[in-house]
Amino acid sequence: MPAVDRRPPFHRFADKVGRATIAGIEEVGSGGVLVTQSLFWLLFGPQRRQPVRMAAVFVQMMEIGIYAIPIIGVLAATIGVMLAIQGIHALKIFGAESQVVFGIALSITREFAPLITGILVAGRSGSALAARIGTMKINQEIDALSVMGIEPVRYLVAPALFAALVMVPTLTVFSDLVALYAAGLYVGFDLGLSMAAYVDQVIDVLSVDDVMHGLGKSAIFAVLIAIIGVVNGASVTGGAEGVGKVTTRAVVQSIAAIVVTDMVFAFVVTR
Amino acid sequence: MGAAAAIGQREHPVEVVDLVTHYGPRMILKGVTMDVREGEIMVVMGGSGSGKSTLLRYLLGLERATSGTIRVLGQDLGGLSHREITDLRKKMGVAFQGGALFSSMTVGENIMLPLYEHTDLDRSTMEIMARIKLEVVDLAGFEHLMPAELSGGMIKRAAFARAVIMDPRILFCDEPSAGLDPVVSSALDDLILRLRDAMGMSIVVVTHELESAFKIADRVTVLDHGRILFIGTVDELREQDNARIQNLLNRRAQPEIIDGDEYLRRLTGENMDEGTIQ
Repeated sequence: MPAVDRRPPFHRFADKVGRATIAGIEEVGSGGVLVTQSLFWLLFGPQRRQPVRMAAVFVQMMEIGIYAIPIIGVLAATIGVMLAIQGIHALKIFGAESQVVFGIALSITREFAPLITGILVAGRSGSALAARIGTMKINQEIDALSVMGIEPVRYLVAPALFAALVMVPTLTVFSDLVALYAAGLYVGFDLGLSMAAYVDQVIDVLSVDDVMHGLGKSAIFAVLIAIIGVVNGASVTGGAEGVGKVTTRAVVQSIAAIVVTDMVFAFVVTR
Repeated sequence: MGAAAAIGQREHPVEVVDLVTHYGPRMILKGVTMDVREGEIMVVMGGSGSGKSTLLRYLLGLERATSGTIRVLGQDLGGLSHREITDLRKKMGVAFQGGALFSSMTVGENIMLPLYEHTDLDRSTMEIMARIKLEVVDLAGFEHLMPAELSGGMIKRAAFARAVIMDPRILFCDEPSAGLDPVVSSALDDLILRLRDAMGMSIVVVTHELESAFKIADRVTVLDHGRILFIGTVDELREQDNARIQNLLNRRAQPEIIDGDEYLRRLTGENMDEGTIQ
């Protein structure tokens, strides 16, 4: 029989808030431990005769990176064209539409390409990672790894984290190129600017710092996506329904974390 | 090395002394003391909630005990470093209740995984070893199938093959007969006996299936509400006149014995076992 809670409503509310806060702090702590352990296995695994297998890393690279190329290409192109349309529309008010390339180049490389790539990878791979780890936990496969003397963090988490760290920035570069090219096509169509002139302007506008700003963010997004996926997957309870819940939770948390981190990163680095 | 070994006596592969464990505020195992001898099949029995699966998790070193000691193959699990427990686990095999085969790998890859991770053997040697183990469990020719393409009994056989691929000194089996029809269940019992006879390992089987237990057990440990109720041979078990053991043997439901105060606490929702909310 469930216990009857006789406390006043405020006490119950405070209790819930306190428990949720502690659970959140615990999850952040678990994420930190996973990152540390993954780095440990990546660096010192070979010395302990438990290396992170490159085959597992390549499998994850394919899942996170290569298979995501078509959808990221489509969305990056769409974002590029959309930015060109809105940029030209806004600048026309001041008669400055010829300056649209400044806005396009900076906003794509510094903001839109890493953001859209991070959100897409969170939706595709963060959810898949949470579902995979959750299903493995329910089926006792994580326990099976442990009792076979195979460290689960080394076997499951480190390859995913390493693959994400390589592939999310790589996909961001791909997004940059596709979005800039698509925007260039629209600018050429609307303003009659040749592609060669557009590329010249883009190269003039962009500095290495702008590109690195986007890539730095995307590396942080990669860590967030992988760790949030794993922490949620590892917290699964209650069978298939539980896997569905943690998968949804992982996507929502990843996207929220990406957007908040994006703002904080922009604030710290840009000001 | 313990004192027993020092004077020439061989230690038992598993020794548990006064093991106490908690799940949150609830005490699950309440001072369990038992051992498993060299080359014997020890069956751990008990009803649902008796603590037998919990005991297995502690024997595997998957959880840390509140108090007491667990020695597996002469090593105290409580005092082992991460690296030491990893090395110890290479000498242990485990067949989980649902098989716990990795769904993204073929049967052969599942069985070869411990070899791949812990040895420097070339792939062809590993494949030969996997095929030998598959023959032992009557699954020869199934190495290329995915786990989803196997029946429940075949999955358990494949799990046994993976569990013994490193020729462990001790094998742990969690509910090997669960969810299987009597014929397949009996065949698995035969497999457990065959593995012991062929490989000479000690085997710990956690089960609530009486027929299976009586068929394979050298000794039986009966757990009840986290306490040891009985340890001995099957014949000794049958002679016990303890009411709870008789209930277990005769498949009678255990009457729940609670005192009046406990009943009132449950009625008002103040269950002391789970922490009273003031």
